[in-house]
Amino acid sequence: MSTTAIETESVLGQPLRSAAEPRQKSTIEVTDYNNRQTVGKITVDNPKMLCREVDVYYGQKQAIKNVSLDIGANEVIAFIGPSGCGKSTFLRCLNRMNDTIPSARVTGQIKLDNDDIYAKEIDVVQLRARVGMVFQKPNPFPKSIYENVAYGPRIHGMVNTKAELDDLVRESLERAGLIKEVEKRMLEPGTSLSGGQQQRLCIARAIAVNPEVILMDEPCSALDPIATAKIEELIDELRENYTIVIVTHSMQQAARVSQRTAYFHLGDLIEIGDTDQIFTNPRHKLTEDYITGRFG
Amino acid sequence: MNKPKPYSDMPLRNRDIKVIVNAGLARRHAAEQRFRWYGLTAISLGLIFVVLMFGSIIAKGLPAFWQTYIQVPIAFDAATLDPQGTRDPQALASADYNALVRSGLRQLFPNIEGRLELRALYGLTSTDAAYELQRQVQQNPDLIGSNQAIWLLAAAPVDTFIKGNIDRALDEAERPIKNNQIEWLDQLQGAGKIEKQFNTVLFGNGDSREPEQAGIRGALMGSFFTLLVTFLLSFPIGVATAVYLEEFAPKNRWTDIIEVNINNLAAVPSIVFGLLGLAVFINFFGLPRSAPLVGGLVLSLMTLPVIIIAGRAALTSVPPSIREAALGMGASKLQMVGHHVLPLAMPGMLTGSIIGMARALGESAPLLMIGMVAFIVDVPKNFLDPATVLPVQIYLWSDLPERAFVERTSAAIMVLLAFMILMNGLAIILRKRFERRW
Repeated sequence: MSTTAIETESVLGQPLRSAAEPRQKSTIEVTDYNNRQTVGKITVDNPKMLCREVDVYYGQKQAIKNVSLDIGANEVIAFIGPSGCGKSTFLRCLNRMNDTIPSARVTGQIKLDNDDIYAKEIDVVQLRARVGMVFQKPNPFPKSIYENVAYGPRIHGMVNTKAELDDLVRESLERAGLIKEVEKRMLEPGTSLSGGQQQRLCIARAIAVNPEVILMDEPCSALDPIATAKIEELIDELRENYTIVIVTHSMQQAARVSQRTAYFHLGDLIEIGDTDQIFTNPRHKLTEDYITGRFG
Repeated sequence: MNKPKPYSDMPLRNRDIKVIVNAGLARRHAAEQRFRWYGLTAISLGLIFVVLMFGSIIAKGLPAFWQTYIQVPIAFDAATLDPQGTRDPQALASADYNALVRSGLRQLFPNIEGRLELRALYGLTSTDAAYELQRQVQQNPDLIGSNQAIWLLAAAPVDTFIKGNIDRALDEAERPIKNNQIEWLDQLQGAGKIEKQFNTVLFGNGDSREPEQAGIRGALMGSFFTLLVTFLLSFPIGVATAVYLEEFAPKNRWTDIIEVNINNLAAVPSIVFGLLGLAVFINFFGLPRSAPLVGGLVLSLMTLPVIIIAGRAALTSVPPSIREAALGMGASKLQMVGHHVLPLAMPGMLTGSIIGMARALGESAPLLMIGMVAFIVDVPKNFLDPATVLPVQIYLWSDLPERAFVERTSAAIMVLLAFMILMNGLAIILRKRFERRW
């Protein structure tokens, strides 16, 4: 009768002994849950973005604690971690979307190529044109499909003629793998598409301005498995031309699409490394617990 | 143990949820039923009063849309009108048209003699009859020398009598219309020389002391100019304020104070705005009294808080995902607002503004303060002409004792209500038309 109670508690606190069956060849280096030093190599040979000692505060609360990592050019890096661990917050630092939250404060250094993106002389408009973003919930503008994709090039003055714009819109939709579905209905509202199509429209919209980095904040969490598969395929293709940072709740997705994975826990970057290594041989106990589904 | 225990004594675990729920079910249903009845009673009471109000206004005001005319044979005597035969407009304007009306009336009743009797006879037509003839002659000088049967506007007591609002059985001294006049009117009616026509005077004239010549044209134009000023000022300022406060202003103590004050301003009694207008616009800036410009300024002050509050509500209802999408694309804040947020908030803002304008249209108290309550006969032609507005006109007429003004008051109320319904309908149509889903 009392055993159940004890078991419940142990799940909340320490993982169950019975569940934590020893691996054949354990690679766990850090077993102390209180050791929150980042494990793994944070640098890459060919970095696109550099983040050093980044702290984010929401008012008094610290949401990101001293995170440093590199984002390599033309790689897909996945941020994983339980809800509220700060992975989305960190993602939103990369194109300064946190600026829109009045109480948010970011310290540390984030560089895109060699520009400090929080420097005074950097304009967010320019930054966000270079670092595009795709959101969790598909959020096309309540305008036509064409207008959705044409919006970015138009406000940035990327094209001079209507023909150029037409080409750019077509090309972006093509790269987002949506052209076949929307070719005949360019003037219909973007909101009339299905959820997966809307998300691909948002990707097309983001790549229309030819950004260097694309941030994706759980892009598939509102989609069914088939739409998810299409987006994942698309991410794989986009990697050729863009650097992609993806936040995901699905570890399978992280394993499928990314080359590197970073595991966040309660604002700390716990472990970072090649995706294969993270998922097969995690080096931190917290990472192992998470990817084996013991909590999170 | 055979005796069943009271239910409440059973341990919690052993109680049956079905029994517990059933025990309370009747009570719950009764409460629901009762609530439904309260609601129905409240709504039917409200409906009854609305029907009563509209019914009484329409019953009183509908006759005012028709006006009694008397057909009088008029001899456009060249000797009276244009003795020199010059057809000079100046001379035609100053000729004695009253004489024509009088001789026409005498022609209808050749047997009447005596000063008092004749006076009673001349009292059948309105003083406007002479002006009507003057207008006709000026329009068509060829009438001079001819004989025409012309429909002339009847005096207000005659109109009231013909509409059946004066009791024949009443003592003669208590009636505005005398026994001999009744006799003549009966004769005229028998001969088909009395007719009720659509009341163009009501919509074509300004105010007048004579009920049959009084119209709402002046008040309508006054209301139009006043509301135009109000809209042109309060809509752009209100929208800009709402956008700034909601999208650009930092959230701190100052903006909080401003917000609280705007909400308070919306609740300030409107007459206070009138006093403010009197002190600031008229006394300090020396703008003319009774002018639609000042009225519009005062009503703008009154409408602004409403528009700002509605505008901010409309802006907050635009989902944050749209803002994020725009910002994420690299749109500047102004582009985000201008391209996405404002178009989506516009239907709500327009609805709020139109409702604010409808309130301004029905407002009279602040306008009393700035002199728009004067008796003004001329129809205003611009923003600085002395004018009055519809609700004030209603207030002015409701004070007058003549029966004919009572029905005109109700008619003016009907016109005002029609405009209100029109504006509110427009608000609904705009909301339905431009509402976009996202």
